[in-house]
Amino acid sequence: MTDDILLDARDLVMDFSGTRAVDGVSLELRRGATFGLVGESGCGKSTLTSLLLGLRRPTSGTVRFRGTELGGLSGTALRRTRRHMQMVLQDPVGSLNRRKTVAQIIALPLEVHGEGDAAARRARVGELLDLVGLPSSSASRRPGELSGGQCQRVGIARAIALHPDLVVLDEAVSAIDVATQAQILNLLRSLQTELGLTYLFVSHDLAVVRYMAPEIAVMHEGRIVERASRDDLFTAPREEYTRTLIDAIPRVPVRDDGADDGAAS
Amino acid sequence: MLDISGLTVGVPGRDLVRGVDLALAAGERVGLVGESGSGKSLLSLACMRLNPPPTRITGGAIRLDGRDHATASEKEMRAARGASVAMIYQDPLTSLNPVRTVGRQIVEAVRAHADTGRAAARRRAVDLLGEVGIPEPAVRADAYPHEFSGGMRQRVVIAMALAAEPRVLIADEPTTALDVTTQARILALLDRIADEHGTAVLFITHDLAVAAGFCRRVEVMRHGRIVESAPTERIFAHPAHPYTRGLLDALCTLDVDPDRPLAVLDDIEEDAG
Repeated sequence: MTDDILLDARDLVMDFSGTRAVDGVSLELRRGATFGLVGESGCGKSTLTSLLLGLRRPTSGTVRFRGTELGGLSGTALRRTRRHMQMVLQDPVGSLNRRKTVAQIIALPLEVHGEGDAAARRARVGELLDLVGLPSSSASRRPGELSGGQCQRVGIARAIALHPDLVVLDEAVSAIDVATQAQILNLLRSLQTELGLTYLFVSHDLAVVRYMAPEIAVMHEGRIVERASRDDLFTAPREEYTRTLIDAIPRVPVRDDGADDGAAS
Repeated sequence: MLDISGLTVGVPGRDLVRGVDLALAAGERVGLVGESGSGKSLLSLACMRLNPPPTRITGGAIRLDGRDHATASEKEMRAARGASVAMIYQDPLTSLNPVRTVGRQIVEAVRAHADTGRAAARRRAVDLLGEVGIPEPAVRADAYPHEFSGGMRQRVVIAMALAAEPRVLIADEPTTALDVTTQARILALLDRIADEHGTAVLFITHDLAVAAGFCRRVEVMRHGRIVESAPTERIFAHPAHPYTRGLLDALCTLDVDPDRPLAVLDDIEEDAG
């Protein structure tokens, strides 16, 4: 394993009472890059994600993160490792505690891991709000007072609070209006550049995965059926299932109002 | 057929839907596109007169089957709901009772509007499940909602909505929670229903790309008003309103350049005024 591999999963298998949810999956996440994982509901991508994050032990197979095998860790050591891997979830509002303020929500991981004193945490919360493009006045608000897009910014701020290496984005923009989606995707890309984050971008939306990830794996019935670069996957998909997914994307009629997309036409 | 004119819906002191005109002909598929908070769901609920308090219809008319849903009595509205206009929602579970078989729920929907015997209503329920593409409908009629996948549940809800053969079907983000391949199948089903039954479909979505594949005409709604209304091809080829252009630019399609930031709506807010 070379230094630029942050996470290395080998031959992961997960059985649930007779059902094989994950069936021999291997993948590597390169530091500072985005790896796209595409699949439909029930394909096993959420189970796979929980194995990669060490939230569940695989039936067989290994996950090495920052050179340490997660299977060999438990208790405090596992918790200490897991702080370097964080997650942003699909439901921007539901994944936040409605009774807490934005500042409390973002500060929670800092408190749990004993980062700094109250004043230092307050300063870090201010910094994080700024990073994700929320006004400092939002610190005292509660999730119910924010839009879906703003809530997702809070979720992102919470995920990056502990300076993680890896952020798993699990359908992170799927429940957000198209118009707001673009803003969140741009934010994720600029945070990646600024903070050197590694992303695992999980989604059923191929167009969004294509935009975010140079390398994409297609998951179906517990297996990775195809893995390719962004360009190859969409221009020359090898698997029938990949083609089915691509064909199901709603096609947008051609635009000819002289926008700056001449090269694409 | 459905003729909405000058409709306003609001809370005391503030209008949230502001003077909307919208007409649907039999078999027509019209997309109502806007962001959350644009008023599109309030507009659709007004057609059923199911506005959650404190919102209520404050002006205008919603004419359908000789009734005006803005002013009709509650008794008239009970007759209209389901038979004149029916609605399906993003989350099929909100429309389904978890402790009753889907067959029984469709039977109830059939009998609510027609003096049909139990056995005949059951046959109709099975036919409807078959029509919306549920395999082995006679068997699956005895299953409960949780025994169906998300896509199959949405089909059950569509079967229920069709029970009284409504003239207008309002579909509020019916595929937003579904996978792409399931979405494509549900859209094909709605398309077939509109063709075969002449049902007019008002398709509500935040996603112009989904509307493009399904609707012949698109109405773009913002801040409670329709800001642009045009045939789908023209909306995409020559968007007239800056807001529509912004919505189009923000779409993450297979054609966007992954090396550049996506256009965001904030950028056009200024021009839109």
